[in-house]
Amino acid sequence: MRVEGRGRIDRSQPVRFSFDGKTVTGFKGDTVASALLARDIRLMGRSFKYHRPRGVLTAGSEEPNALIQVGQGHAMIPNVRATVQEIHDGLTVTSQNRMGPLDRDLMAVNDLLWPFLGAGFYYKTFMWPRAFWEGLYEPIIRRAAGLGRMTRGASPEANERAFAHCDVLVIGAGPAGLMAARTAAEAGADVIVIDENTEIGGRLLSDSEEIGGKPGDVWAGEMREKLAAMDNVRIMTRTTVTGVYDDLNFGALERVGQHLPHEPDLPRECFWRIRAKTAVLAAGALERPIAFPMNDRPGIMLASAVRSYLNRYGVAPGRNLTLFATNDDAHRTAAEMQAAGLRVAAVIDSRTGVEKQGDYRLIEGGQVIGTKGRHGLREITVRHGGRTEDIITDCLAMSGGWNPSVHLTCHLGARPVWDAEAKAFLPAPNAVPGMIPAGACNGAMSTSACLTQGKEAATEALKALGLKTARITVPKASDEAGSGSTLWYVEGKGRAWLDFANDVTTKDIRLAAQEGFISVEHMKRYTTQGMAPDQGKSSNIAALALLADATGRGIPETGTTTYRPPFIPTSIGAMAAGAEAKGFAPERFTTSDRAMRSWGAPMITAGLWYRPSYLPKRGETHWRQSCDREVRMVREAVGVVDVSTLGKIDIQGPDAAAFLDFVYCNMFSTLKPGRVRYGLMLREDGHVMDDGTTARLGENHYVMTTTTAAAGQVMTHLEFVHQCLRPDLDVAFISATEQWAQFSVAGPKARDLINSVLDQPVDNESFPFMACGEVMIHGVKGRLFRISFSGEHAYEIAIPSRYGEALFRDLVARAETLGGGAYGMEALNVLRLEKGFITHSEIHGRVTADDVGMGRMVSAKKDCIGKTASLRPGLSGEHREQLVGLKPKEPENALLAGAHLFREGDAATRVNDQGYITSVAWSPTFETHIGLGFLLNGRARMGETVRMVDHLRDKTTLCEVCDPVFFDPEGGRARG
Amino acid sequence: MQITCPLCGARDIREFSIKGHETYLHRPDPEAAPEEWNDYLHNRENPAGETRELWHHGSGCGAWLLVTRNTITHEVLGAQLAREARNAG
Amino acid sequence: MRYSGLAVLAQGLTGNKGWRPAWRDPAPKDAYDIVIIGGGGHGLATAFYLAKEHGLTNIAVLEKGYLGGGNIGRNTTIVRANYGLPGNSEFYSHSLKLWEGLEADLNYNVMHSQRGIINLFHSDGQRDAYARRGNAMINQGDDAILLDTEGVRKIVPYLDFEQTRFPIFGGLYHKRGGTARHDAVAWGFARGADRRGVDLIQNCEVTGIDIENGKVTGVQTSRGAIRAKKVGIVVAGRSSQVAAMASMRLPIESHVLQAFVTEGLKPVIDNVITYGMGHFYISQSDKGGLVFGGDLDFYASYAARGNLPMAEHVMEAGLTLMPMIGKAKMLRSWGGIMDMSPDGSPIIDKTHIDGLYLNCGWCYGGFKAVPGSGHTFAHLIATDRPHEAAARYRLDRFATGRGLMDEEATGSQHNLH
Repeated sequence: MRVEGRGRIDRSQPVRFSFDGKTVTGFKGDTVASALLARDIRLMGRSFKYHRPRGVLTAGSEEPNALIQVGQGHAMIPNVRATVQEIHDGLTVTSQNRMGPLDRDLMAVNDLLWPFLGAGFYYKTFMWPRAFWEGLYEPIIRRAAGLGRMTRGASPEANERAFAHCDVLVIGAGPAGLMAARTAAEAGADVIVIDENTEIGGRLLSDSEEIGGKPGDVWAGEMREKLAAMDNVRIMTRTTVTGVYDDLNFGALERVGQHLPHEPDLPRECFWRIRAKTAVLAAGALERPIAFPMNDRPGIMLASAVRSYLNRYGVAPGRNLTLFATNDDAHRTAAEMQAAGLRVAAVIDSRTGVEKQGDYRLIEGGQVIGTKGRHGLREITVRHGGRTEDIITDCLAMSGGWNPSVHLTCHLGARPVWDAEAKAFLPAPNAVPGMIPAGACNGAMSTSACLTQGKEAATEALKALGLKTARITVPKASDEAGSGSTLWYVEGKGRAWLDFANDVTTKDIRLAAQEGFISVEHMKRYTTQGMAPDQGKSSNIAALALLADATGRGIPETGTTTYRPPFIPTSIGAMAAGAEAKGFAPERFTTSDRAMRSWGAPMITAGLWYRPSYLPKRGETHWRQSCDREVRMVREAVGVVDVSTLGKIDIQGPDAAAFLDFVYCNMFSTLKPGRVRYGLMLREDGHVMDDGTTARLGENHYVMTTTTAAAGQVMTHLEFVHQCLRPDLDVAFISATEQWAQFSVAGPKARDLINSVLDQPVDNESFPFMACGEVMIHGVKGRLFRISFSGEHAYEIAIPSRYGEALFRDLVARAETLGGGAYGMEALNVLRLEKGFITHSEIHGRVTADDVGMGRMVSAKKDCIGKTASLRPGLSGEHREQLVGLKPKEPENALLAGAHLFREGDAATRVNDQGYITSVAWSPTFETHIGLGFLLNGRARMGETVRMVDHLRDKTTLCEVCDPVFFDPEGGRARG
Repeated sequence: MQITCPLCGARDIREFSIKGHETYLHRPDPEAAPEEWNDYLHNRENPAGETRELWHHGSGCGAWLLVTRNTITHEVLGAQLAREARNAG
Repeated sequence: MRYSGLAVLAQGLTGNKGWRPAWRDPAPKDAYDIVIIGGGGHGLATAFYLAKEHGLTNIAVLEKGYLGGGNIGRNTTIVRANYGLPGNSEFYSHSLKLWEGLEADLNYNVMHSQRGIINLFHSDGQRDAYARRGNAMINQGDDAILLDTEGVRKIVPYLDFEQTRFPIFGGLYHKRGGTARHDAVAWGFARGADRRGVDLIQNCEVTGIDIENGKVTGVQTSRGAIRAKKVGIVVAGRSSQVAAMASMRLPIESHVLQAFVTEGLKPVIDNVITYGMGHFYISQSDKGGLVFGGDLDFYASYAARGNLPMAEHVMEAGLTLMPMIGKAKMLRSWGGIMDMSPDGSPIIDKTHIDGLYLNCGWCYGGFKAVPGSGHTFAHLIATDRPHEAAARYRLDRFATGRGLMDEEATGSQHNLH
């Protein structure tokens, strides 16, 4: 119910949203939880295992119970905390994890079966008969488990990612954080203050504290104004620091548009990567529930939450309150409730000799030992003075003390330290180097201590930054920390919940101990304690305290489980924002890309590049028709293909030749200027890394080409070799891949075509096979290489990229007048296969130079990368699979890449495996399928018949082992 | 994590890639014993604690760095140019 | 006591008071026939199979922390036999067969769920490589189906087939692949070994290995010296430190691999899916969390935690592949320490020290290997001969270059596998 005169909501702005189809009206500033509570709706969800009715426990992001689905259709987000989600007009909220309406969930039958569904029961059953696990048990378990529902479609809402940098990151804007921020800001540091609430102030917004003689929320408001006016301060509300990473890198999640009606330009969330020079952690503390029997009914919540609902939202979560506590906080809650005109039926304090803080009934030395109320609390049973008593109540506020929020101090692996006096785990000293804890998260439990620690932490941070602290006085505030005792659990009949979200009760922890799961990690994993969406924020400490008792150990020996990022569940959409669809990786386009697409070429990805598959002509309905035509076109006339995607590395210097001799297995120092040579590059482990041609443009100037796939790897490798192994060599190199557009012109009429664009024509004398040099192309300085990847008379012509498209279109137009044209990757592949040239299908990373028949290229005259390792006995010889050509016995019988090879009569099993096929094509030149593959001792088996078996595509083909070079083995065509 | 590149200053780990232990800097003589080559290519001390390893500032200046780092805490203790580390012996 | 539905029922009716400890908590004896160093999945499985297959029970498993506290409890739970190279083919095939009888063998429900795994490919070249692998799987006697785009769409229609950066050409579908509940595997093997008389000793850190005249004689531990005729080292990311106690330098580098889980969701992903253009693999646990992972952070680490760049990269791959995943919230991330070998394949072998055996190099594929690794390592320790399914996992293959199993084909750099 709404309480007049309280709360920070804007009562002039009513907001309507729907909850399970019913319209609910709240006010601007309400969360779903506060708006529902204001309407006396207490039932908000169902528990994970027993499907018990659940309401809210907290008023923050640590909420274990009130998880809801927000939004509609594919925009619906599951498992949203009702305690965090702000309402806005049009917001659609549905409850989750139910079968049927929320108040009549059919799965609630599980609750009757609870004696059989204790910790780890599933490990002991569902084993027989075996087939029933996947067929019956598992599907039922899967359907029953899980929480919210997620549709399989993409959300239409966008997210963002951003970077930020600062001198001092202040995490949490309660009294400690604000004091730290102010101190750091006044000293001139760049400060970012982050708080997950909608406004700064922390507990000051919920509790009636005074600072400097003013109400705490007024003080916080003044601080906000001061800080907001400073250029060196950035205040980020609705933002939660999710994780701490090495060197003070932080992840943080900002709710940008989650609380507003959907707008296309407004991201839902933004994931921040923040790098700070120092940080102050002022994350506060979370109140502990008490595990008393049947403590999970809607209406039972934390005392701090009750105060938050009253003071932040003007909501009383009940009309007739009771409180159950181990400390003074309960009394303060009772006093506040009474001050707001609410009825307090009783305060049950587990201690004796405590003082009342108002006119209410105090039950000392009492414990709540039972509750009633099907969908919400109706009555509690209290044991005190040796008797029990039932008390009518619709809201029980509980407080078992406070757990400092040490989470972020543990993300780099530090374990928190048990402080016997504070009865809490506190941050380990220097847990995160450079991040200084202050305030309640550091065990400071009075407002005054929080303020002082905030200033001290900032002072320490400023010292590390080399900045002088300005004179700032810490305002006066209460130094009353309140006293309390610990009461983790109450013995009694019925289940007492620890982990509300995962339905873990004290019985489960005891069962785990009974069964030997006494390590805190075993207990956690066996019972699932702390593994729910709240990660045990309110329950882990109580669970381990119970485990300590059950195993006769102390809390420090028992220890905690590991705190891991993220602090709150973080949407993948935000962490990966921008990677949707094409955003996953950069797209690289060649200069011919537009022309290719305009001609209808299907473009395929080649690494980050796009390349044309083939260029369909009118009337062609199958890629093979286009491909066959393009192959014949090259063999009979001339073809043009863009090869700019190949890596081009410009290498210069007096030691360029020596460098190339070292990185290639063959010689390049002997190459004459004006000539090109094929080179094979090994990895240091003796296997082939890459191949390509390298041209010597001048005495000290080479241009290396790499394959498209390995361009980056080779460049990094060259830099490694030069800087780490041969810094003695005077050589420099740089990638020029994107500076040059390069086109291959191949076919009997290649020279005619090339000469038609050159200012000075070339002939076989001036420009023989494997020649290279500078040329003028329509008045532009370019390069020409007489190299062939097809076996035809061919050139590669290079021109600065800005002229690439023009030259490409010109070449293709001229080619067409010669009976030729452009061709694509399919034809390129057929042409190279006919000629027996290898690609990364063959040099796939597991083959040696000897395997591909190039063992003799590894020069005996010099050292090179990979040479010594390639001489290992396992890397060459007849026990290895060697490159061979393959032809089907019947030409029309297809070969399949990926098929394995067997002796003719052998069964197709692993032990009989003789090799495999790497590349296949239909050769229009020879009118047969052809292939390349690797065959055990293959070079010695020319002419042998082997059987290709492809189980996957159900294909068996007899083939003849042959030389890999099918086309023009003498090489006359390329030279002619 | 961040590494202070001697040429560029302190930079985020996103700009770097790592090859592995400093071992890679000490390529054996081509005629060295097979054991020495096996150690170079495969065997590693793999320390739990301080280690020295080769990082490449690939999205920066292109320098290879010899970085001293702790494998337990991830603390980066220093970085020098690999070519200078090599020359220094 | 024997676990069964009936036992659960009977115990439930009597207040669950009768459940006995899953394993004893014995003090270490002075001497054992065999000491296994490492109480992770592989070590526990080794002890179990030594007892079950070879009748050897005078065995201690020494664990410095708690049982199953290493990578067995921090992986993405995928079980498969879809390797392409000899050595791995027969081994993982053997391991998968053991998985298929594991619940009966252990009397423990490890929730092995053969829901199928799809490896996606995104180019003709990748398809050819996967076809080669799939054919190798069938040659080995395992199952594989090559799917085209439409075939993939039928099984996982929610992937992005239209806009994604690297179009889906098809997938290799391995129906017997799936998942299992990781902790349960450790506990099942532990309980099984304990029931056969093996001493599982927790909080017992090995600090030295005693060797006399080239023969192992025992170990030094934080709980005193223990004599042993045979000692097996199976400590994953800590292999280098333990082997150093025997003056051995291993071809291992320890690296951190991160993994992630989302909040619980009603069933949306029925299979295991791997992305071929960026390391990414995902499945949904029976509890409802999406469990996924990616590549190493690439730097050597013993910290069991990673950094944001790789975490973000993994999420990016997930988002481009299955756009719906943007709505799921990552609940927890963690890291494991991977014993990376130079060819990405493991080592199960004797050492040059008599009675000292080595099992390591699982990189980040160790979970599915647990039964096979335990079974074949037990065979090696018990008989001094390699099991035929693990005969190629030799330590000397790097020196000789013979029988390398570089599935990723990236060469002898530890962090590239």
